[in-house]
Amino acid sequence: YEVSAAGVCCAGISVPRMATGMQEKQYTPSLLSFFIYNPSFGPREGEEEKKILFYHPCDVEKNEKIRNVGLCEAIVQFTRTFCPTKPAKSLHTQKNRQFFFEPEDNFWIVMVVRNPMIEKPNKDGKPPTIEYQEEEILDTVYGAVLRQCYSMYKLFNGTFGRAMEAGGVELLTQKLEKFFYRYLQTLHLQSCDLLDVFGGISFFPLDKMTYLKIQSFVNRVEESLSLVKYTAFLYNDQLIWSGLEQDDMRILYKYLTTSLFPRHSEPELAGRDSPLRPEVAGNLLHYGRFLTGPANLKDPEAKFRFPKIFVNKEDSYEELHLIVYKAMSAAACFMISASVELTREFCEQLDSLVGPQLTLLASDICEQFNINRRISGPDKEPQFKFIYFNHMNLAEKSTIHMRKTASVSLTSVHPDLMKILGDINCDFARVDEDEEIIVKAMTDYWVVGKKSDQRELYVILNQKNANLIEVNEEVKRLCATQFNNIFFLD
Amino acid sequence: MSDEHYLELCDNPVQFENASSVNNVFFDEANKQVFAVRSGGATGVVVKGPDDKNSVAFRMDDKGEVKCIKFSIGNKILAVQRTSKAVMFCQMNLQCVVLEVSCLCFVFRSLQTKNASVLGFCWTNWNEIVFITDQGIEFYQVFPDKRSVKLLKSQSINVNWYQYCPETAVILLSTTVQGNVLQPFAFRSGTMSKMSKFEIELPVVPKPAKLSLSERDIAMATIYGQLYVMYLKHHSRTANSPSAEVVLYHLPREGACKKSHVLKLNTTGKFALNIVDNLVVVHHQSSQTSLIFDIRLREPDCAVNTHQPVLPARSIHPYRIPLSGPTVVPSQPAVPCQLYSSSWSVFQPDIIISASEGYLWYLQVKLPPTVNLLQDKGKLMDFLLRRRDCKMVILSVCSQILEGGEKGSLPVVATVFDKLNQVYKEYLEAEQTYTLAMESGPSRGSAAQKRPVRTQAVIDQSDMYTHVLSAFTERKGVSHKFIIAVLMEYIRSLNQFQITVQHYLYELVIKTLVQHNLFYMLHQFLQYHVLSDSKPLVRATPQPRLSTANDEIVEVLLSKQQVLGALRFIRSVGGHDNVSARKFLDAAQQTGDQMLFYTVFRFFQQRNQRLRGNPAFNPGEHCEEHVVHFKQLFGEQALMKPATV
Repeated sequence: YEVSAAGVCCAGISVPRMATGMQEKQYTPSLLSFFIYNPSFGPREGEEEKKILFYHPCDVEKNEKIRNVGLCEAIVQFTRTFCPTKPAKSLHTQKNRQFFFEPEDNFWIVMVVRNPMIEKPNKDGKPPTIEYQEEEILDTVYGAVLRQCYSMYKLFNGTFGRAMEAGGVELLTQKLEKFFYRYLQTLHLQSCDLLDVFGGISFFPLDKMTYLKIQSFVNRVEESLSLVKYTAFLYNDQLIWSGLEQDDMRILYKYLTTSLFPRHSEPELAGRDSPLRPEVAGNLLHYGRFLTGPANLKDPEAKFRFPKIFVNKEDSYEELHLIVYKAMSAAACFMISASVELTREFCEQLDSLVGPQLTLLASDICEQFNINRRISGPDKEPQFKFIYFNHMNLAEKSTIHMRKTASVSLTSVHPDLMKILGDINCDFARVDEDEEIIVKAMTDYWVVGKKSDQRELYVILNQKNANLIEVNEEVKRLCATQFNNIFFLD
Repeated sequence: MSDEHYLELCDNPVQFENASSVNNVFFDEANKQVFAVRSGGATGVVVKGPDDKNSVAFRMDDKGEVKCIKFSIGNKILAVQRTSKAVMFCQMNLQCVVLEVSCLCFVFRSLQTKNASVLGFCWTNWNEIVFITDQGIEFYQVFPDKRSVKLLKSQSINVNWYQYCPETAVILLSTTVQGNVLQPFAFRSGTMSKMSKFEIELPVVPKPAKLSLSERDIAMATIYGQLYVMYLKHHSRTANSPSAEVVLYHLPREGACKKSHVLKLNTTGKFALNIVDNLVVVHHQSSQTSLIFDIRLREPDCAVNTHQPVLPARSIHPYRIPLSGPTVVPSQPAVPCQLYSSSWSVFQPDIIISASEGYLWYLQVKLPPTVNLLQDKGKLMDFLLRRRDCKMVILSVCSQILEGGEKGSLPVVATVFDKLNQVYKEYLEAEQTYTLAMESGPSRGSAAQKRPVRTQAVIDQSDMYTHVLSAFTERKGVSHKFIIAVLMEYIRSLNQFQITVQHYLYELVIKTLVQHNLFYMLHQFLQYHVLSDSKPLVRATPQPRLSTANDEIVEVLLSKQQVLGALRFIRSVGGHDNVSARKFLDAAQQTGDQMLFYTVFRFFQQRNQRLRGNPAFNPGEHCEEHVVHFKQLFGEQALMKPATV
């Protein structure tokens, strides 16, 4: 897992909130510590250190590490007495919140997040008063972030158990160190929200015919390059097709859109004389290039090594090479069994086969997309913002979030509103039935949550003087116009 | 190696008494009748047509050697020519009372063409006849009752020879000294119209000028509904043409005749031409083989109007003269027939006559052997789609390319599907235009619309499903990846031609995906509405409205008796807590499979236990009859009892 240069952030970012009078400082939630342990590795007294497989920050004194791990162990053990099947998930304290997760038997991951706080300076040189906002962060959001950490580790390394089998504790700690050292730097706890709970996939809207063309392309490539086991197809960082199973795609999608794609700028947008502009190979102009593996096929020194990923296969897992190949805005991921060694010849064959077709397809999609946009009318700034999520296919759509980058995900609404969305989501999670919740926020905004079958829709409306009935009508209208091809049971 | 003979003689030839010193044989191209005239007609004239209706036998007085004998259309009037100056008419219902009108006819014409000799005559209607003399062409109406003829039109012109195309009623006259200026005339109910003349380019211009274009080298036929004059251009050492070719001149009803196609024969020698199923067949005598050309098939590496043979040269399928027949003794074995015999006469469009053996055959194209001779499947489809009896062959080609499963066959599959659907779409559009025109009522001014003819080349979704796809998806040893790829390719092609996809194709995709537990793929297809337009399916089900695509899939699976597949599916989407148990139990009971019923029943009992802590069904679920059925099959004790705590 590689980290972009911009993405280092550990301490809370302070934001001046009030311009008048005394300066008040607000601190966003931040990561205090993150550790992984297995109680069965050091059951006897004096051997506690053996339990700890990874600890961040690493410069914490050994005894403190042991104390913290021991505390977590004790809490989990203690709470188990109340409900043996559902161990504790989080511990709320005034200053921070701890999240526990047991992804594999006896392996525990713990994440400690410092609560957001406001620092109020006092007169007369007294130390500033600190006000912890312990209710501002949501268990669902950070619980999901913790699970995502594990999923990402597993995608690139397989399970903890696999490393144990291959090389014991020593190998596992090495792998954990290597992976989490970098990964934790990319966690941006201050900008985690409802979307992390969903962990959804944004799908590219596409007409049926173009979609079928892509199907045809994928099938043809898989037929002529029989090594390819699975293919995924994305456009504009949005998914169109996945041959992988849903859960694997979910985490791969996360990796592609928050890490791999943002690291590669678009050379096809570069000027004519830019060194980034792709070369014209023979008479056949195409814009295809490898995002993983060799940067330049013509380079005699080029290495044909690709990242390996692990996906689920029935009761076990499957190790695959991940080839990501991109032409303009279209990206195709080809997954090939890791037992096969990939050669220059194969890469050249893939490049010459896929490059021209993918280039053509990318311009087809772009054209079709523009036609559809023209039909649906000019882009008017809508009077509302929404998040949509479908549990069945993990489809998510948000007009609240700006483009996600490796470093930070920006929202266009106030954090208070995001918190309300998160709260509504928690309410929905408690019951199975379809529900609708309408909230009038302090700031004249209306927030509407709608849950229907497996789908959830959250709308934020800015209509100061509207009453409940009008808001309800408005949302109905939105559903009819904006989501007309999605069923809502009424 | 399988049979490669793609041409054959028909099984039921017209048999007649073979030509001999006492028996003269004539063939009339217009009525396709063979006349066997024994002893000048005195001992009988036997007429055999393509079917028994056209077969007659009669006697007439021997008044000299018959030069030509033909019935008018519908066997109404018989015309017999015995001398170069006279033709006599007689009417069949008069029991062959001979009506000599020839004198009258030529007395009438004698002022202008005193010394004209009759080259021949053609009936263009039941009572209209055209005489071609060396000095012109004369068009008459015959009144047998009045025993008179009336001149309708005539034209003076020096004629070397003529050709007649009965299908279009066009007569072609060879004029000028070299004979290469051809003058066509068209006839239609009492009118004769002169079409524009045209000149055939001769390979060598002889000096001094002499007749250089033989009637043997010219034939007329309709190909794809258009009239063509075919010129067999022999190779000539002086004119720098290494091999012979056939030059086609398109002869439109109106407008000038144009040289339109050149068929390269790539050899020299004696040739004969036939037209079968809109293919130009060129027989080559010395090699005893035939070539076929399709003028609609474009050659990528040639100029647009130059054609190479579609297939390698092959001989006509060996033919054995059958045992049964009037002239054959039953104990005699079948005799192999000598093909490409010098005694063969070839007539347009598809007739081969062996006068010495007394047979008339229709030449036929056999499509199955072409499949293995034409490797390029796209070209093969283009070829097959234009043939008359193509349907089963096309379907077998489809099955064959799916069976092969060779690498890189998907693009071929796609090409083939696109070609089929192109034709299918054209038919659907024609049908729709027709229906619209009928609905809006017969509008004045526009000619009455003809209902479009559905040819065998229209391969619709039901054909593909029944003969190709259904069996293909069932076949063992085919990877499901390939099956899905093929089905999606077909759906893509249908969409590309904006043809509404039939629900059973979607069902096939759904079934295949479910069988391989590929639920996520299924979801993705639904998401992009690739499988969602199955309206008839939704309407066919008794429920008022199916709310989600999931319900639809369950309905499909249940209707296909895939009860476990449906259960697995609904569980995969987490909907099994809310589905109606009754629906599944009904379906399971209908299959008659007791173990299946048991499994489904237990599944829902366990669900009830999990949801309500009791395995029994709620009264609202209306499963009482299923409980009874279960008890009958497996006994009371097999029912799950509520867990006692």
